[in-house]
Amino acid sequence: MNISKSPWLLHYDGSSCNGCDIEVLACTTPVYDVERFGVVNTGNPKHADIFLITGGINSQNREVVKQLYSQMPDPKVVVAVGICACDGGIFKECYNILGGVDTVIPVDIYVPGCAAKPESIIDGVVKAVALLDKKRAAMKAGKTPASQKEE
Amino acid sequence: MGILKIALYLILAPFIGGLLAGIDRKIGARFQGRQGPPLLQPFYDLFKLFEKQSLVVNGVQDFFVGGYFIFVLFTGCLFFIGGDLLLVCFALTLAEVFLMMAACSANSPYSAMGSQRELLQMMAYEPMLLLTAIGFYIATGSFMVEDIARSNVSPIVYLPGMFFGFLYILTIKFRKSPFDISTSHHAHQEMVKGITTELSGNILALVELAVWYEDVLLLGMIGLFIVNMKWWSFLIAAAVCLIAYILETFVDNLFPRVKWDSMLKSTWLVTLVAGGVNLLILTLVR
Ligand code: SF4
Repeated sequence: MNISKSPWLLHYDGSSCNGCDIEVLACTTPVYDVERFGVVNTGNPKHADIFLITGGINSQNREVVKQLYSQMPDPKVVVAVGICACDGGIFKECYNILGGVDTVIPVDIYVPGCAAKPESIIDGVVKAVALLDKKRAAMKAGKTPASQKEE
Repeated sequence: MGILKIALYLILAPFIGGLLAGIDRKIGARFQGRQGPPLLQPFYDLFKLFEKQSLVVNGVQDFFVGGYFIFVLFTGCLFFIGGDLLLVCFALTLAEVFLMMAACSANSPYSAMGSQRELLQMMAYEPMLLLTAIGFYIATGSFMVEDIARSNVSPIVYLPGMFFGFLYILTIKFRKSPFDISTSHHAHQEMVKGITTELSGNILALVELAVWYEDVLLLGMIGLFIVNMKWWSFLIAAAVCLIAYILETFVDNLFPRVKWDSMLKSTWLVTLVAGGVNLLILTLVR
């Protein structure tokens, strides 16, 4: 049985303009209906497998993102949605923006676009679930997950 | 015979419970105009959770969840081998208390609030549950499930009000909207996940599994209203159970969540009117 059959998402809005968030939510509507693939948008990091972040990291949310990431049980995958989450995007030069999500936690999948289209978000999630299976296999083989190494 | 029944319950109940959960999610999705997850999705979820690491927040939580699981199984076995209905009610309550303690033990406001609300839910449905057991006793002259199941006429003939009352509290027991205030199976709730917020990985999977066992047990109680000496009454009972479950799914999707005080008031009102009047008439007739 594969983990990829039941990916549960945690969606967090960093300093996004809300464009990408609306697209993320659009994925759960009847038109795209990601629940077809077993995707559930949980609001709880402890139940989540995939961490979906929109928007860049600023000095205020950096601790929050770290905290959420550390609360997720392994195996877990981080997906940065939208160009803001990838490297800061349009807000990159702002005084309070540190950059993309990968400035604080390791990102596995980058979904480009401004705003990222629901199709590409779903594509990113599909890539993420494949990675989940790989990470699970590595965990079974006795390797320490990357998220636990830094501590 | 008893061993066989226990084995059947322990093996079949998770499959039935999981399938029912799958049907529930499918119907829910159709209500929103979506295709919905595959029928077997609850099983995929369960296997996934067993594969995941569980983040243990303290030493006693696992113990409490284990207690919940074991007592739900114990209650189910007791019911299906034809044990004492009163004992079934009390053991089920004890199981629920274990789950509540598991949520209480974590240092999270969401899970603490979830367990407080769970307490309120227990306060709401417990009178009706006990009244149902008493109703069965007056109608059939026994608290033993095996005697009740062998009565000449279906107990529902004497207990229509109780049946309605039991259906009403079933919404609370199944954690369906409008009464899913302590935790809900729908994602994104006002209290994150309420009572299960702090549970993760295989510990959460254990809770899911226990819930399926509990669902089958509760449907068994619904069936107990219908069965009598005839063999075909069991088929009708199974059909009524299925209808009751689907009815709960419809209610779940059609009604918005209420506040705890309206839940308590309405449940006690139903208990008093439907259960109480039924009991009064029954004591006069019998
Ligand atoms: S990528 Fe574009 S749409 Fe998405 S959060 Fe950034 S600015 Fe908004």
